[in-house]
Amino acid sequence: MAIVESNLNMQHASYDLVLPAGESWLHEVKRGQFFRILDLEGNQAVDTLFYNAHNAEERYSAVDTIREQANLYLTVGTRLLSTEGNVLMTITADTCGRHDTLGGACAAESNSVRYTGDKKFMHSCRDSFLHALGHCDCGMDKRDLTANVNFFMNVPVTPAGELTFADGISGAGKYVEMRAEVDVNVLISNCPQLNNPCNAYNPTPVRLLIWDAVNH
Amino acid sequence: MHQLSRQNQLWEETIPGAAHWSFQMRRGSALRLTDIEGGANLSVLFYNMEEKLERYNMPDTLKAQHTAHLTKGFVCYSDMGRVLASVIEDSCGWHDTLCGMSNAALVEAKYGKADYQQQRNAMHRNARDSMLIELGKWGMGKRDIVPNVNFFSKVSADEAGGLHYQPGHSKAGAYVELRFEMNVLVVLSACQHPLDPATQYSPKPVHLQAWHCGTADADDYCRNFRSENVRGFYNTELLFR
Repeated sequence: MAIVESNLNMQHASYDLVLPAGESWLHEVKRGQFFRILDLEGNQAVDTLFYNAHNAEERYSAVDTIREQANLYLTVGTRLLSTEGNVLMTITADTCGRHDTLGGACAAESNSVRYTGDKKFMHSCRDSFLHALGHCDCGMDKRDLTANVNFFMNVPVTPAGELTFADGISGAGKYVEMRAEVDVNVLISNCPQLNNPCNAYNPTPVRLLIWDAVNH
Repeated sequence: MHQLSRQNQLWEETIPGAAHWSFQMRRGSALRLTDIEGGANLSVLFYNMEEKLERYNMPDTLKAQHTAHLTKGFVCYSDMGRVLASVIEDSCGWHDTLCGMSNAALVEAKYGKADYQQQRNAMHRNARDSMLIELGKWGMGKRDIVPNVNFFSKVSADEAGGLHYQPGHSKAGAYVELRFEMNVLVVLSACQHPLDPATQYSPKPVHLQAWHCGTADADDYCRNFRSENVRGFYNTELLFR
């Protein structure tokens, strides 16, 4: 796993927000801007979707992204491809090493399958996504939710074809940074999952930063 | 392989290589897919017929069953924690759901351009456009295309995550049988797998046989394959009480 640091200075960021666990965030990152997600306390899952800001029908495609790079894991150099085969984002720095895009987002209904029926009443990423879309007045809804990226999540696949949820490889202060190749709407749920040991049953905040293209 | 009799068979049909089609399968019916010549690929998406916003969910299917491939015992989950279809028999051992489907640019880059004007119905087709055509018949479109299943294709990952397509995985006569646990819209394309290294455009036909099989009983193999599936079947059956 390649660890590549960024030379961007956080003091020069044009946008800087701490997003608590259990909250959603929908924000445009303009073409040429750099976007960083910083894992403040370690092993926090950041469920993330990307859309062409001018046409939400064109969105992040997990399967096209992994097939075209012939690798399951996202890291420096990964081009996040759209359903139309265009590059939405390129990962330019990564101090975690790799990120998952097979595990999807937690939801009330999938929690009732994975854990027990009563877990469906707990807060979930899909609830956060739907809450953000329900308030966005942008014409988007559940139909626009698809397989997402889980930044900082470690979900190894074995050669025998098993999916495993391994201990996290992220830690406090690790980050991933990407450059927008077109104007992109980024939808995040900072995961509130309390049933999975991968975050030590303790969802924590992340810091989101954007640098302007001319500003670094 | 389940024995089919004249009494319980519903219909059968051969999907030519690269063709696309869509149809409903009712709860309690089953579908056998047979790779007639060997080397077929069938890209498939599933939707709840009554509420097509509920659809096959690759991540939920994988994480509920701790798997990165499909074979006998595994089921296809919707995004609503319900079982759309169960894999009740499989002579193939591995079906891909990680690699998506072919598209126009990919097919032209691999096999060259062959349009209707030159080739009539031997024109080159791709799975994404095929899916869009079929989905259009049901009032659906691009927003409804999500990660799909590629029956008969095997793509494994090494320790570093590198993807490896296995040529020759599906032999002539290989089959997989699906039982539908809900009323399901099946949308399919028999285009080649996007990682098929064959240099020739050579999509293969797939034979379909549908029959009445009845619903899963208490000791059903797929229901009891994992504790998650017991809960998934319970969620599904609530729809029909």
